[in-house]
Amino acid sequence: MNADPRAFKAQARDALNDAKLKSALGRLKTRFALKRQEAVAGYGDFEGLRQAGRAIRDYSIANLDRLLVTFERNVVARGGVVHWARDAAEAQEIILGILRDAGAKTVTKGKSMVSEEIGLNAHLESNDMIPVETDLGEYIIQLRKEPPSHIIAPAFHLHKEQVEEAFRDAHTALDPNRVLNERQALVAEARAMLRTSFEAADAGITGANFLSAAEGAAVIVTNEGNGDLTRLLPRTHIVLTGIEKVVADLDDVAVLLRLLTRSATGQEISSYVSIMSGPTGERPGSAFHIVLLDNGRSKLIGTQAQDVLRCIRCAACLNHCPIYSAIGGHAYGATYPGPIGAALNPGLIGDSTYHHPNASTFCGRCAEVCPVKIPLPTIMRHWRAKEYADGLAPKAMIAGLGVWAFAAKRPALYRLGAKIMTRALKLMSRDGAVHSLPLVHGWFAVRDFPAPRGKTFQELWRERA
Amino acid sequence: MSARPRVGLFVTCLVDLVRPQIGFAAVKLLEQAGCDVVVPAAQTCCGQPAWNAGADRHAVDIAWQVVDIFDEFDYVVAPSGSCAGMIKRHYPEVLKNDPRALALAAKTYELTSFLVNIRGMKAVVAKCPTRACYHDSCSGLREMKVRDQPRQLLKSVDGLTISELSNGEVCCGFGGLFSVKYPEISERMADDKIADAVATGADMLIGGDLGCLLHLEGRMERQGKTMRVRHVAEVLADAI
Repeated sequence: MNADPRAFKAQARDALNDAKLKSALGRLKTRFALKRQEAVAGYGDFEGLRQAGRAIRDYSIANLDRLLVTFERNVVARGGVVHWARDAAEAQEIILGILRDAGAKTVTKGKSMVSEEIGLNAHLESNDMIPVETDLGEYIIQLRKEPPSHIIAPAFHLHKEQVEEAFRDAHTALDPNRVLNERQALVAEARAMLRTSFEAADAGITGANFLSAAEGAAVIVTNEGNGDLTRLLPRTHIVLTGIEKVVADLDDVAVLLRLLTRSATGQEISSYVSIMSGPTGERPGSAFHIVLLDNGRSKLIGTQAQDVLRCIRCAACLNHCPIYSAIGGHAYGATYPGPIGAALNPGLIGDSTYHHPNASTFCGRCAEVCPVKIPLPTIMRHWRAKEYADGLAPKAMIAGLGVWAFAAKRPALYRLGAKIMTRALKLMSRDGAVHSLPLVHGWFAVRDFPAPRGKTFQELWRERA
Repeated sequence: MSARPRVGLFVTCLVDLVRPQIGFAAVKLLEQAGCDVVVPAAQTCCGQPAWNAGADRHAVDIAWQVVDIFDEFDYVVAPSGSCAGMIKRHYPEVLKNDPRALALAAKTYELTSFLVNIRGMKAVVAKCPTRACYHDSCSGLREMKVRDQPRQLLKSVDGLTISELSNGEVCCGFGGLFSVKYPEISERMADDKIADAVATGADMLIGGDLGCLLHLEGRMERQGKTMRVRHVAEVLADAI
């Protein structure tokens, strides 16, 4: 469903007409924004923390080559293996190869947006493997066969009645008369179902919130503990993440963790923080693999979009975005929705994401709450400028701006044009407003234009003087 | 400052075209604040529509024109957080940190913040017996740090009470060309803002950016709602 970023406008329209989605999105403020606000206020010098976080991420990106090599050396020293994937297809094949070597059939998965980015589940399924999402939200949307609508709360678009429906459809072996209308009952059922998958799993795949070069460790935060079970129970553990996640050491991770949980859920710390290095346990045949994905990231370095690589995927920008709040995540038709998607997708995916950086009022709230101070509107504008230069902008807009700019650069012509325009608008108005005009259908589709007075300020000012 | 500062009024293209009385109100307030006001005839627009659309060449040409016209003044003041924000926060990038662009940026202000922060204005003589709510524009709020200044001055308006919106920091959905490119999303955002305004019990919406105000007033017209919409300068200058 909704897999096409080119169909953004139609998908946004559908989303706006979805009453259930509207009420689900109405919870963004209480579930996330207010909690973040409280956590930030409780911290004290959060601005100082943001500056420290930004400096750490900038250092990472500036020293990415060196840090990655150090990271690999230290992973290997602890008995792990590092795999380098240029793109989604390479990452899919690497992971499939590891799983085949391990003789894996059932594969449990911790929450990973990079896994969504490379379409891993579909690839595993088409190769006769059974991926099982173990994060509750991911589990729900896996049952519903839909992508996540939010970076940290994949099923945020759903109400518990829809979750109940998904569970009844999927868990057909359970008593059809069971009571399942409370949150706790849903969680208990998911936990019971997942337990069998955890027991059956031949391999586990997680993402990583951070990679620490000095320790050769991957760090993840969860609130459900599912990441630990995914890593610890099977013999083979695969970490899949982007190359930009590496930082120098665990001291840097500690700073970023303070930023991440407060910005994401308003928690001082998540229920679980797992620092993972090397194969687990004493069992023979234990293996630890890290798959590092580029998929367009490295080519952003040195461009005006480089700062987007600082992102720690907290989703604060989504939670404070009026566009995301209106249409949700699926309308974007891409793995990363909201402001971070608008700044990232044109770089990772390309021209098909034209609408993402355009569907913004540049209200600036995303940049205001970003824990690592990514100038998101500035980067969106950079993509607009690139699109404009590449001829991707709508022809009508280019022509309209051309005519307007021709006049705006010629003050005498502009004054004449404004005089004519203000009179014309006044003549066309009825009951104090213009109700429609050619060429600007977008404006008049949803609103009128308040009637002008019939003379420009410049005219009236000169008359008075 | 003992001598009267020379202020170049950046009228803004929307005020010039649609609501000239806001320009006159701004002049009156600046004169009350002890300024000599000049309205350069050659000004057109700040170029923000071009810049935000990614039409950089147009934006650069128009920005240079604004610098040429306005760099002679002690201050440049606009009755808009958006246009002032374009000059103050974005011209340095548009014109690649040219010293003249930086100098213009440093002396450019939004009207109410100029009156309060630079001219020390504390009160106005005006009357408006009504209950109103105040709409903060995003560019005013976040780029120009305009929040308390208009409220402080509005407090002195005889008969006026200001109620706060419950989601005052949320965008109204204007966003310049955004309102034309994505009308349905813009509509939802306007409706949320209007519902918030109506819920305050106010019968007037006051704001500092005509773009937001035309968008919200136009949406209310379409819905048959009757809240009056006024620019803060009109209220402060007793010109409603």
